[in-house]
Amino acid sequence: MAGQTLYDKLFDAHLVRTNDDGSSLIYIDRQVLHEVTSPQAFEGLRIAGRQPWRIDANIATPDHNVPTTERSGGVEQIVDPVSKIQVKTLDDNCDEFGILEFKMNDQRQGIVHVMAPEQGAILPGVTAVCGDSHTATLGALGALAHGVGTSEVEHVLATQCLITKKMKNMLVRVDGELGLGVTPKDVVLHVIGVIGTAGGTGYAIEFGGDVFRNMSMEGRMTVCNMAIEAGARVGLVSVDQITVDYVEGRSFAPQGAQWELAVEAWKDLVSDADAEFDETVVINGADIDPQVTWGTSPEMVVSVNDQVPNPANETDQVKIDGINRALEYMGLNADQKITDIKLDRVFIGSCTNSRIEDLRDAAKVVEGRKVADNIIQALVVPGSGLVKEQAEKEGLDKIFVEAGLEWREPGCSMCLAMNPDKLGNGEHCASTSNRNFEGRQGFGGRTHLVSPAMAAAAAVSGNFVDVRELIK
Amino acid sequence: MNKFTLHTGVAAPMDRANIDTDMIIPKQFLKSIKRSGFGKNLFDELRYLDEGQPDQECTGRPLNEDFVLNQSRYQGASVLFARENFGCGSSREHAPWALEDFGIRSVIAPSFAEIFYNNCFKNGLLPIVLSEEQVDQLFTEVQANEGYELTVNLEEQVVVTPSGERIAFEIDDFRKHCLLNGLDDIGLTLQHADDIRAYEAKRQAEAPWLFGAIK
Repeated sequence: MAGQTLYDKLFDAHLVRTNDDGSSLIYIDRQVLHEVTSPQAFEGLRIAGRQPWRIDANIATPDHNVPTTERSGGVEQIVDPVSKIQVKTLDDNCDEFGILEFKMNDQRQGIVHVMAPEQGAILPGVTAVCGDSHTATLGALGALAHGVGTSEVEHVLATQCLITKKMKNMLVRVDGELGLGVTPKDVVLHVIGVIGTAGGTGYAIEFGGDVFRNMSMEGRMTVCNMAIEAGARVGLVSVDQITVDYVEGRSFAPQGAQWELAVEAWKDLVSDADAEFDETVVINGADIDPQVTWGTSPEMVVSVNDQVPNPANETDQVKIDGINRALEYMGLNADQKITDIKLDRVFIGSCTNSRIEDLRDAAKVVEGRKVADNIIQALVVPGSGLVKEQAEKEGLDKIFVEAGLEWREPGCSMCLAMNPDKLGNGEHCASTSNRNFEGRQGFGGRTHLVSPAMAAAAAVSGNFVDVRELIK
Repeated sequence: MNKFTLHTGVAAPMDRANIDTDMIIPKQFLKSIKRSGFGKNLFDELRYLDEGQPDQECTGRPLNEDFVLNQSRYQGASVLFARENFGCGSSREHAPWALEDFGIRSVIAPSFAEIFYNNCFKNGLLPIVLSEEQVDQLFTEVQANEGYELTVNLEEQVVVTPSGERIAFEIDDFRKHCLLNGLDDIGLTLQHADDIRAYEAKRQAEAPWLFGAIK
């Protein structure tokens, strides 16, 4: 019999029962809650007179709506009344049900997918859900993590289980080494370009090969985070010493004798050498250049030294229509050089790229340089209060401010513009976030997804440049 | 949950691929803590010419006359045709809530994003996957015939065109059963509470560090 994939192992280890119709009930070890997708779930519990199944499986923090400017006045200081209600409602619900929440001005508050692993709330081998599609991030720890809708948030609160169907297995193997200036973000954008925005639908994607084995946990999180942009609900990386070292000593991680037990149990959280994947994609790491998206879907991505595609080179009508629509929305011409795209704003942050390593990468590029005159605003938004604290300890905040970037409080910010940080109509933004959908960063806003290093290079140049030219 | 059994309604074609959740309901409208009222902002950026604000009265806003759901022949549409990967992006259930609140009961496309597909069933909305050729055919027919109405029969798993042609579709037995009967998933799962408790006890014995740590 062929061996098992990591996904198979995680799924089997959490199977409560298989229903007659082929659906499965799996046990969920952890749920992470935020203010946008939880209020209706708590309301549902109240209406049905139900209690959460297990309080200590949950952890919460507000992130989508919180202002990233000075906010010492707390929730009452939030200007947007609707944002304020949502943040307040999370606070009230967590207080009412006794769920641990890091409130807005708690040092441990942050973007859910940055906060949860940072606290050790997500550990190797767990199942986790959150009402947010980027929950795939947590698979970097060798955890089975699903993004779910609000009805499922309520279902997990009430039953500690999720009704699901087993996915297929896909292996994305990136061999060899990455070149200088090529980062995990470039790897995942390149992968999405290869398999397409729906290429992973129905699959759990495991990222394997030397490039991921040598990648830091922060980098692995960046990659798994965007599995959903390739259509896959789940991204995974097998557990190794890098995983174990990352987890050790975190607040909710096991300690003492339990730590030894846990590490022993985690050794099996790898795909077996003879595991069979339904689909395998192999990429050579050395072939990946810094990436830039030019269109309105993450699969519309090219290398920085390439050109915007020309619909005349396509044959499929739906694809031609898609390219034409994207060119019009983005205000770009076919065959235009990527390095000729002028930028208006720069955003460094989001659950994809707001961890300490991302900020170090960006700071390295802007150090000793100045934000270009045509850039209206360049934001740096750390992923959590603890990331912010660490960055300040290393003096990164000073490097950013000196170069003319704004240093902010942690939150989702301009990734989805639910708080006041947003693009103006028609503005081009070099953004380290994960979605370049129409209007995502503001009405009429034009998003180009890039790595933190590439965003920093764009900030000091005013247009896209190959970051390798600045860090030679 | 709302039941879905048999539905006949005006169909509208939305001829684009990768319709994402930000397009279905832009983020400024997600701040409500309710499940209802999202319909007036469905496809807001495509539907109106101005930038929509939360809590804004929408009746007087300038309409994009080119947008399919604004065209007189598609008024009252309750079945939506679309291209591949409909509902990609966020897990927010606000997307199906907005479609449902607007009056859409079924979306037909060659493929759907998984989380969106799943969320539909929790809200009495039926996503139907047909082949690209079949979807092409429906696009051609609806564009050629004003007042084109489609019947969706979940029990028999067919859509019926005005000419009487029956096109079969696939759906999971469990989802079909829940939708036909309007069943509450949570109630169904809690029927297995003993199984969940038994699993939980085993889990706690094997991985005690996962219990009682977060408080």
